[in-house]
Amino acid sequence: MTFKQGEGSMQRNPVEKLGETGLYVLQDMGRMGLYLWLAIKGIFRRPFRFAEFMRQMHFIGAGSVMVIFFTAASTGMVLGLQGYYSLHKFGAEGMLGSAVSLTLIMELGPVLTAIMVAGRAGSAMCAELGIMRISEQIDALECMAVDPFRYLISPKFLATLVSVPLLTALFDVVGITGGYIAGVKLMGVNPGSYLEGMRTSVTNHDIWLGTFKSFVFALLVVWICTGRGYLVYQIRGAGFGAQSVSRVTTQAVVYSSIAVLIFDYLLTAVLL
Amino acid sequence: MSESAIEFRDVVKSFAKTDGGRQMILDHVNFTIPVGKTTVIAGGSGQGKSVTLKLILGLMPVDSGQILVSGVDMTGLRGRALEQLRTRFGVLFQGAALFDSLSVFENVALPLRERTTKSEQEIREQVMAILAQLELTGHEEKFPAQLSGGMRKRVGLARALQLKPEIMLFDEPTTGLDPAMTEDIYNLFARTQKQVGYTAVIVSHDIPKVFRLADQIVVLNEGKTDVFANPEAMQKSQEPHIRAFVKSTMGAVSE
Repeated sequence: MTFKQGEGSMQRNPVEKLGETGLYVLQDMGRMGLYLWLAIKGIFRRPFRFAEFMRQMHFIGAGSVMVIFFTAASTGMVLGLQGYYSLHKFGAEGMLGSAVSLTLIMELGPVLTAIMVAGRAGSAMCAELGIMRISEQIDALECMAVDPFRYLISPKFLATLVSVPLLTALFDVVGITGGYIAGVKLMGVNPGSYLEGMRTSVTNHDIWLGTFKSFVFALLVVWICTGRGYLVYQIRGAGFGAQSVSRVTTQAVVYSSIAVLIFDYLLTAVLL
Repeated sequence: MSESAIEFRDVVKSFAKTDGGRQMILDHVNFTIPVGKTTVIAGGSGQGKSVTLKLILGLMPVDSGQILVSGVDMTGLRGRALEQLRTRFGVLFQGAALFDSLSVFENVALPLRERTTKSEQEIREQVMAILAQLELTGHEEKFPAQLSGGMRKRVGLARALQLKPEIMLFDEPTTGLDPAMTEDIYNLFARTQKQVGYTAVIVSHDIPKVFRLADQIVVLNEGKTDVFANPEAMQKSQEPHIRAFVKSTMGAVSE
């Protein structure tokens, strides 16, 4: 079947618009699903770009250390103060170490690390791929018979999957230290009870859950952020040129942050 | 009749419009691009010139029809089979599509590193040789942002020629260049085509200058094509849309 110019240009009713939106959402999910499959497949395609992987590790991992450090220190110290204030009412200040460490390891560490990485590295990856797409650099790779997934996307996937759990561990350590400084050094909680409370309440399962969450969040962040940039032309309402890149970059950070929060609840509900 | 490098068979391509309709770009189009010759694809803005190139490269799917490259229907190819077919092509994009984060040397070396098993020494020698040939010696450490428009095109051409393509596709190669630079680029195309012997497909609105390279002209207009053996034949056409196109681009029509 062929279409003539202008055919079907009549005003559509709300049901048609709803159907069109539904079809677009299905198509977008299909595209993103296929994108994820090709990106993961690209990790195992040879030759592996080790130098690019290390460059991405440096950018995503080492480059995020400072922002993770300050976020973790601030979060841990606030938790220490707030926790002391609440527990003091019940005379349970000794539980502060347990409360701070469990909150950080199982919830705040993985979530805040993923959101920080989405804001710092995810936005940059999205913009980089979007610009490469609109300036035909990705087309040029395909024309040279170079798989853009193996060359560009997969090193970013692997580096994020390795970096985010490591950054989460750093977040946990710095946050717990921040809680110790606020609770023990500033508010006068017994150091032994802080450390012992942490030692007795945190189990291997809690650490495993936090690590698993950070791995899933890393996948969500890198998938959504790089996917929106790579597929910039196919995103409805993104527009064209520089404007399209700026819009999909904003969209990528918002969507990946929301996805992290939704999956945090789901994983906690299923695995706790 | 000469052998065809590329053949369009009843190709249809359309795009969805924002109002829900379809914009017909190619409407059951048939034409062939002969081996070793230069074909210029001309037409007004939005008539599908660049889309035609993307269809040839498999960067976009056709709605229906076949595109044969050296007799192989590439519309059904995917994955490694498509990659393999693309090694026959070299492409010079409108903006050259150089990788911003790589130097001139790294850009030109990329296809050799990715698609061949040559040693670093062999790659260096081959890259330096083509840079010398295209008068780019001394610029190999520069980044694309440090180059003029003409130099970017030459680097793009150097990169495209690295794997010795059978077919070179040029997408608006002289856009943004001054007349002297345009002349240089066309001379470069003629010279490299003679040396490498590729089939050239040039999409351009730079009419009539680009016609001096043309062995065949394909004019796209509202989804249809008209094929001419040379500019003179096009000027003599009695078709109203061709006469209007010739008048708007070349300034005069033959009676």
